[in-house]
Amino acid sequence: MVLAGIGAGLAVIGAGLGIGKIGGSAMDAIARQPEAAGKIQTAMIIAAALIEGVALFAVVVALIA
Amino acid sequence: MVISNKPLQFLFAAIVACIPFVGFANPAVDSTHVTTEAVAEHHGEAAHEEKEFNATELINSHIGDAHEFHIADWGGHPISFYLPVILWTNNGLEIFSSEKFHHDNEGHHVVDVNGQELVRYKEVIFYKDKFETLTEEERKNGAFAFDARPLDFSITKNVFSMLMSTIILFLLFLAVARSYKKNPKAPKGIAGFLEPLVTFVRDEIARPNIGEKKYGKYMPYLLTIFFFIWINNLIGLIPFFPFSSNLTGNIYFTFVMAFITFLVTTFSGNKDYWGHIFNTPGVPFWLAPIMVPVEIIGMLTKPFALMIRLFANITAGHIIILSLVSLIFIFDTVAVSPISGAFVLFMSVLEMLVAALQAYVFTLLSALFIGQAVAEHDHH
Repeated sequence: MVLAGIGAGLAVIGAGLGIGKIGGSAMDAIARQPEAAGKIQTAMIIAAALIEGVALFAVVVALIA
Repeated sequence: MVISNKPLQFLFAAIVACIPFVGFANPAVDSTHVTTEAVAEHHGEAAHEEKEFNATELINSHIGDAHEFHIADWGGHPISFYLPVILWTNNGLEIFSSEKFHHDNEGHHVVDVNGQELVRYKEVIFYKDKFETLTEEERKNGAFAFDARPLDFSITKNVFSMLMSTIILFLLFLAVARSYKKNPKAPKGIAGFLEPLVTFVRDEIARPNIGEKKYGKYMPYLLTIFFFIWINNLIGLIPFFPFSSNLTGNIYFTFVMAFITFLVTTFSGNKDYWGHIFNTPGVPFWLAPIMVPVEIIGMLTKPFALMIRLFANITAGHIIILSLVSLIFIFDTVAVSPISGAFVLFMSVLEMLVAALQAYVFTLLSALFIGQAVAEHDHH
């Protein structure tokens, strides 16, 4: 139970760093080119969703364990 | 038809019409029943005083599926909306009300259906004689003990909610279609609310990801999953009957949704899509024994991630809200309730955003996968 919690926590740290990086970069990109905001947002959400997918695999493993 | 002109009124009328089905538990059916129940009740009360509040149990029962729709407890008696239990047993089809289980989920109350004795343990129905031979571990994983239980096709809480959302969507879009027929100019009313969403799915999801030429064929599917997931996410956030079921946080439901996306992607895959899987361009042929399995696993992980994403996001949201409510009962004081209530409000508003976002992400990724399958590559 405790180990599963630690595992889920580690997965969350990784996903948090990844999504944070994407969000930060998207902000930079929008600040540079506000007219491309729509396209950047779509790409940002796709990338965030893919990272989240990996994190969720880890969470499911933690749930099963 | 008068009914479908006023979908909301019709829905309300339907809900009111269902009220007679809401029975109180422990109806005095016959005298023998009453006596056994009175004894059981006495034991139950004695146990109740010692019983501590168990947040895990409460949360699990709220996010899980159930044979009856539990509404409230009144004076120690549960008030429920009893849904039909439909079983395929060894003797064929059996249909009866979930009221017969008397809210028992511990495998104690035996239900006799045409000579077959059934018990229910944690929302899984077993044959009584086979249930007694199972170990504790096997009982917990009861859903997979296929030889010890009949096939369960019951209209459970989630199925009920799914049927209801289908009817809501059907009436909603029927009303929209009718308003376009009557009024071919600028949309009014409900059509004016839904048209921007439909054009959003078309212009922001389907067109850029599938391509200008082919997107039209996939629009019905994308719109269906978008609105279906969205409305079910929202229904799960409404905390009272007949809503509140955790349908999109049910792994079987999300599995089916992801599986349909997988089927659509696989069957619309063109020559290039299959070529990239079985004969990846630019890769030497002797690498095929490694590349082909990897590509096939890649085909399967994409819908798998779709399934887990929706399931985990919605379930996590429900667990957080229920945990915040449980805090009041864990600390056992009213003083916590304003803080907990404020957090629940905040989380609920956040969950409304997540509800729309997850419907969007599911549709967007489905469109992306379909787009990959139908894309035509230039070979040099």
